[in-house]
Amino acid sequence: MSDHSHNDNASHTSHGGGHAPPDSFEVRVLRQDSPGQASYWERHRVKYEPEMNVISVLQQIAAHATDVDGKRVAPVVWDCNCLEEVCGACTMLINGRVRQSCSALVDNLLAEHPGEIELSPMSKFPVVRDLMVDRGRLFRALQKVEAWIPVDGYYDMGPGPRQSQSTQEQTYPLSECMSCGCCLDACPQYLKVELTREEGESEADFEARKRAAYDEGFIGAHAISQVVLFNMNPTGKMQAGERLDAMMEEGGLMVCGNAQNCVAVCPKRIPLTTSIARAGRATTVRMVQKWFGK
Amino acid sequence: MAKKRVMIVGGGLAGLAAAMKLAEVGIEVDLMSLTPVKRSHSVCAQGGINSCNDLTRQQGDTEWKHFDDTVYGGDFLQHQPPVKEMAYWGPKIIDLMDRLGVTFNRTPEGFLDRRRFGGTLYKRTAFAGATTGQQLLYALDEQVRRWETAGMIKKYEFWDFLGPIVDDQGICRGCVGQDLVSMEIRSFPADGVIVASGGAGLIYGRSTMSMACTGSAASRCYQAGVKYGNPEFIQVHPTAVPGADKLRLMSESARGEGGRVWVPRTPHDPRNPMSIPETERYYFLEERYPKYGNLVPRDIATREIFDICVNEGLSVDKDRQCVYLDLTHIERSELNRKLGGILEIYEKFQGVDPRDTPMKIFPAVHYFMGGLWCDYQKSADGGLVVGSPKNQVTNIPNLYAIGECDYQYHGGNRLGANSLLSCIFSGLIVAPGVEALLQNSQGAAADLPASLFAQAKKQHQERHNQLLKNAGGENPYLVHQELGEVMTKAATVVRRNAQLEAAYETVSALQERARNCSLSDTGSWTNQNVVFTKALQDMFPMAKAILRGAILRDECRGAHYKPDFGMPALASTDDAARHQEAQEWCDRFEVNNQKFLKSTIATYTPSGPEITYEDIDTSLIPPRPRLYGLVGAEVIEQVWKERQAAKDSKSGNGAGVGGAGKVAATP
Repeated sequence: MSDHSHNDNASHTSHGGGHAPPDSFEVRVLRQDSPGQASYWERHRVKYEPEMNVISVLQQIAAHATDVDGKRVAPVVWDCNCLEEVCGACTMLINGRVRQSCSALVDNLLAEHPGEIELSPMSKFPVVRDLMVDRGRLFRALQKVEAWIPVDGYYDMGPGPRQSQSTQEQTYPLSECMSCGCCLDACPQYLKVELTREEGESEADFEARKRAAYDEGFIGAHAISQVVLFNMNPTGKMQAGERLDAMMEEGGLMVCGNAQNCVAVCPKRIPLTTSIARAGRATTVRMVQKWFGK
Repeated sequence: MAKKRVMIVGGGLAGLAAAMKLAEVGIEVDLMSLTPVKRSHSVCAQGGINSCNDLTRQQGDTEWKHFDDTVYGGDFLQHQPPVKEMAYWGPKIIDLMDRLGVTFNRTPEGFLDRRRFGGTLYKRTAFAGATTGQQLLYALDEQVRRWETAGMIKKYEFWDFLGPIVDDQGICRGCVGQDLVSMEIRSFPADGVIVASGGAGLIYGRSTMSMACTGSAASRCYQAGVKYGNPEFIQVHPTAVPGADKLRLMSESARGEGGRVWVPRTPHDPRNPMSIPETERYYFLEERYPKYGNLVPRDIATREIFDICVNEGLSVDKDRQCVYLDLTHIERSELNRKLGGILEIYEKFQGVDPRDTPMKIFPAVHYFMGGLWCDYQKSADGGLVVGSPKNQVTNIPNLYAIGECDYQYHGGNRLGANSLLSCIFSGLIVAPGVEALLQNSQGAAADLPASLFAQAKKQHQERHNQLLKNAGGENPYLVHQELGEVMTKAATVVRRNAQLEAAYETVSALQERARNCSLSDTGSWTNQNVVFTKALQDMFPMAKAILRGAILRDECRGAHYKPDFGMPALASTDDAARHQEAQEWCDRFEVNNQKFLKSTIATYTPSGPEITYEDIDTSLIPPRPRLYGLVGAEVIEQVWKERQAAKDSKSGNGAGVGGAGKVAATP
């Protein structure tokens, strides 16, 4: 697989490939009422309108709340916010591919696959309900690798260090990561961790148990790339060693199997495999330094 | 005794800035948000953040001029001390964000690069590509995560704020929230509650705002007794890309980087825009406003685009209204470096590359200048007393408002790239005040009688249960669509009293219908249907305040444009007559200011808003006519200056800057 292959998010609208648009189309949704319950497919018929995206499809489904046979059903639950592909919330599997539903244009989807659109929740995170999943593990990974600049405080200390244009041009794309989780969903090494609260377990105990389980699993490409970002910052660099150490723990960088799916599905085209390679070199150096007691 | 805690509602720029600053001084914070805070609406801000800087300073810029541009752009409707303080903090805030690792664009020598935004002649705006809001939010999100890891901040993400808890003495003692996953309703005792919940774009159906911007948190405070300031002042952004689900913002930075707005001189010219020669293009902003060109303030750009399409019939398309925003004359590599993010959005959603083809844009509801009323403590030099618990406090003690949901900083119209500044500033300034509040208060809220909190929870649980049982037959999503249509038609760019009155009636009827919603989901697990219906019901009190405020304000000011009450351009060509006309213009301007240079204050009652007016502190910069592009502006300006000079010499007051102390006023 090529490092430069990426999804076709930016491909031009085909407007149904020159055919007349359909009056309506079918949407198959993989639903699940709550965690631990079985999932099931439900079919909806949606009226075609120009310039629809998957969000407007789901809005129509929510407003009508009847399935293809006219049976009353609860509205499909999904997560969204900005609707312009900068918040990362509305990520799901659309026709089997992980991406944001706001930037998934119906004309393009129907051109690829006439007559039907298939929606299912992300596959590597516990389903909360329907298309909504719990991505808490993703944010936990950012804690683990200390993805922040360790400033002394927030009083006025003058400007930050000067940085070259070329540094900014390398760091800016990495800092566009919106924690959507596409890279994790597509990664063969990133395995689902799903825990349920036990009887009598306190909320705090459950949270602690989840954190521990998350920390054993793979941190994923997004967190590795954030380490590279913060280790490039002149102030962030001062804690580069601690971040590299975190990546050398269980669930760290060595879990990566180099499948390179992450970079192929990243909606922001972040050079994730480049980050992984850089992090690999840096951890090797770090390890050697540690052997020699530096 | 229990430890004192602060609850922050909303995790955008303002909420996160307040959270990290409170954690720094050792105060534990609960942070409640509808979404994971990293997905807050601040990510949608594109263009940049303003401050006077080392370069503009040498071109004659000062913090005072930034302050002046902000109040002039806002048509003098702001209390001036908080705005002054904000302008003076500007450079320091950008330094702080730089230290926190924001990937600001750089000059070849490694300094922060700047661009020009509307309503100023200086390049004040620092930016990180065209995703500045996202980058600033992430820097604060990272700091908050750091404090969360250290145990100082506890996040309640996917929680809905149901309302403040106010005791018998009228003091806020915490709030009630609902877990959007388990639907559990819980009371949170808090020694200070800071609401930072953003704007309420969903009142207009589709806008440039995110889906979390329902305004429900602000509305719930308003219904609990917080005054609502300047509700009728809604910014309609000149350039957005129409879509079925949302109107996507096309940043002002597109014009800041040289983008030009035009329409073909021939209505609905069917030719490819690239093949239309220069002479057949109408660059109407440049022709009508030679000084500011494409960078006139937003309200003016919006009205001109609206006028070109609606009144002049020059829309690019026949079946929908839009004008061209053209970047095709700019080098591709430069566009990618400075505007890449927003150009990709356009390309992704419209399927057209704006580097090769002019974009089609039209105005959209974008920002609420009005919001929850809040106070401040003025310092001797006309700014704020840092550390005063009065800063940002609402009329309910211990309940604070910051960010877009407050009414404090932008008056009648917000300048581009000032909102990121006001959000971070209000978050940073509220923290030392709340710290002082906690130090001076006796006992912790958590030690108050449990009945206070149980009662508040019960009240919200009853509302929730009642909604699930309702069977009135109305569909909340369809009622919402209708609300959006009515509000967009009556209370955006051009406002007329008959239309506003009719809209008020329609909105009242819709409010009744919203009370009779039947839910399609009556379950008790992740029920988005009931959460939306609650938010919908809470949109009506605010919608009514917007409409009533607009009905009663018979003038044009900032974004509030009522052509039936406009100030005319000068008509005569003869010098003496023109001078006389300008005198009359200024008389009329003064009379109007006596009546309307006041904050609109809406107070909630179940039957509709009660509107009163509050005097504005304009002691630092005397109000003057806002004259961008008006015919005869030079003459009016001249006459106005003569009148001011005459007044000043009479009162013996040098520059008319009472309270400004050592700070010099600029003309």
